[in-house]
Amino acid sequence: MQKSLLITADLCTSCMQCEMACSFEHEGVFNPAKSRIKVFEFEHGKRAIPYTCTQCAEAWCLHACPVEALSRNPQTGAVEVDDDVCVGCKVCTIACPFGTVNYNQDTGKVIKCDLCGGDPQCAAVCPTDAIVYVDANWTGYERMKQWAVKSDARPSA
Amino acid sequence: MGWQRKILRVNLSEGTAESEPLNMDWAFQYLGERGLATKYLWENMDPKADPVGPDNVLIFATGPLTGTMASTGGRYVVVTKGPLTGAIACSNSGGKFGAELKFAGYDLLVIHGRAPEPVYLHIVDDEVEILPAGELWGATVWHTEEALKARHQNPLLKVASIGVAGERGVRFACIINDLHRAAGRSGVGAVMGSKNLKAVAVHGTVGVRVDDPGRFMEVVRETHKLLAESDGRKELTELGTNAMIDMMQEFGGLPTRNFHEVQFDGVDKINPTAMAATTPSGHRNLITNKACFGCTIACGRIAHIDANHFTIVNRPEYRHASGGLEYETAYAFGPVVGIDDIDALTFASYLMNEHGMDPISFGGTLAAAMELYEMGVITADDTDGVALEFGNAEALTIMAEKTGKYEGFGQVLGLGSKRMCEKYGHPELFMGVKGQEFAGYDSRALQGMGLGYATSNRGACHLKHDAFAVDMEDQTGNGKARPVKRSQDKVAIIDSTGLCLFTTSAWGIKDFQKQIDAACEGDWTVERLFETGERIWNLERQFNLAAGLTAADDTLPKRLLEVPAPSGTAKGKVNELDKMLPEYYAERGWTTDGVPTQETLERLGL
Repeated sequence: MQKSLLITADLCTSCMQCEMACSFEHEGVFNPAKSRIKVFEFEHGKRAIPYTCTQCAEAWCLHACPVEALSRNPQTGAVEVDDDVCVGCKVCTIACPFGTVNYNQDTGKVIKCDLCGGDPQCAAVCPTDAIVYVDANWTGYERMKQWAVKSDARPSA
Repeated sequence: MGWQRKILRVNLSEGTAESEPLNMDWAFQYLGERGLATKYLWENMDPKADPVGPDNVLIFATGPLTGTMASTGGRYVVVTKGPLTGAIACSNSGGKFGAELKFAGYDLLVIHGRAPEPVYLHIVDDEVEILPAGELWGATVWHTEEALKARHQNPLLKVASIGVAGERGVRFACIINDLHRAAGRSGVGAVMGSKNLKAVAVHGTVGVRVDDPGRFMEVVRETHKLLAESDGRKELTELGTNAMIDMMQEFGGLPTRNFHEVQFDGVDKINPTAMAATTPSGHRNLITNKACFGCTIACGRIAHIDANHFTIVNRPEYRHASGGLEYETAYAFGPVVGIDDIDALTFASYLMNEHGMDPISFGGTLAAAMELYEMGVITADDTDGVALEFGNAEALTIMAEKTGKYEGFGQVLGLGSKRMCEKYGHPELFMGVKGQEFAGYDSRALQGMGLGYATSNRGACHLKHDAFAVDMEDQTGNGKARPVKRSQDKVAIIDSTGLCLFTTSAWGIKDFQKQIDAACEGDWTVERLFETGERIWNLERQFNLAAGLTAADDTLPKRLLEVPAPSGTAKGKVNELDKMLPEYYAERGWTTDGVPTQETLERLGL
């Protein structure tokens, strides 16, 4: 079963633990500048919204790559970058409509979310469950459930 | 590791910016942040220097755990000589700026001199520029942050800046980072202003490494869990620091109307319940909570003001969310000035952040001005026609704005309470220590708090010791010297790590020790940490003594020593400082004149 990151922005406090966990997992250093997930703040912190790759089924980055450095991990469903193949041409960063593939000046390669091979550290560390890792087929389950209870017209006992 | 082992030294008089290796001998003796900055200050300036002259040194310092996954690891401190107090200033802030400075590769930013013209610092890793502030001089903090991100086309810049209050030398001007987090106390913003330094804008991409990553992450998982499960933490998350206002009201330790009273009848209109309530017109003050960098508590409040409230009804530019009431702002714009209008309190809080001022000192000064007004010592002729009566919400917001913009009577309030009260011939109305106004705890109800206030090296402060639990249990001065001394040393350690004091809602010293020991080289035991804390405290004391302060400055106003609390659990009590202080000096290994003995200095390697 593939799983997806499910982000509920209402729960995010902008603590940046996810960005640190991401950079630590991938770079061995606490460094939000190298995080694959970013938290955005709006209106003096009224809203804080984490954002990262959605792992498109029809992945434009993957199609755009001229050297086949991007491939899909069949276990996790994540599109991963093979650093040995990537030539840093950045075409994938242009192809991605969401901006979630980015160039890393230090390595000359691109970086993107790879779901940490199936154990995404952003979700593991998030203190408020703003980021969770759930069944890819049922990311809407909790939201459906919230609407379901609202639709219950029976008088309470 | 933990440390970047590098500092950035800027001389604004000469226009130079050079990095140099961190002195690791000092790091092993003073840990980081507050301790290390104190050592650098001591070694780099004459404590007798004018706090707003070019010879004062302004230090921004991170700790070894700043910018790590240790919960709350985003703190930094500003250490300098304070213009409000003439003592060492040590103002701690959260937000995201501190971690960014560390990510750029620096443990400390040490600023000397005075720029010939207004400037700001632009730091991206090793690239450091001193650039003309131009039209930003005179701008608000909020405008400055936005303008710098736009000018450098870099939304990832983190900015610490001052408003007009800091530029014009308001004695309690602060440095604001990330729009509403403050290095708040003792006038550190006025020091920045005196150096013609408008802002520090930084973006860092180097990151932070720790000594033993495997062990560190293991410890961090444990300490995150401890916080997650702690009831104290849950209260901070749900209610914010303002939960304290109900506790202090019930206890009778809530300073009201310039400390004439210790309980406030309007508390229900400004407490966390009021913040979360929806008014009949459909407005709710509180929007959400917010964390500083790395923090899994998130005690910060994001609020907004009712669009129909008199403060902003004709000012649509304030109809946005921003930082809401903390306990100290609620106290300083509420009980101590007798005001219970939550929207006015929130607006005044916005103004403090926008113009860069310390709400505690502003509120304390306004309270004294209100007393002067009600005594008839000053009149509407002095106050630009504003009736400075206790309870007047309009007076609060008008004066907050005038002080922030350095206009009219705001220039008098900008002196701080002590200087203002002396100016009008009533020094006894100043409620504070060493020139700095009290926080929201009355030391007739909390005896150890009084000792903590009197002996705090930065002037009256509730955050430089932690004898709170002992104070609640026993309302006499008995046996307070030891817990106050011990907790002062403990807080000095925590302030030197890069972590937030509020983690003590779940963590004991051992939890800090494990994180420090895993992140930093060297064998950091609990004993070594306490010795480090004591060393820091004594070095701060040395600075103050060299600056000209004496034991006579370790005192409290007569109102707390001679006028009994009128109500509450401490009704009839005064503070017993005369009993506690000699015990405290003995506990510290100081002479009866409050001077560290040679033996104490030698024991601490000073």
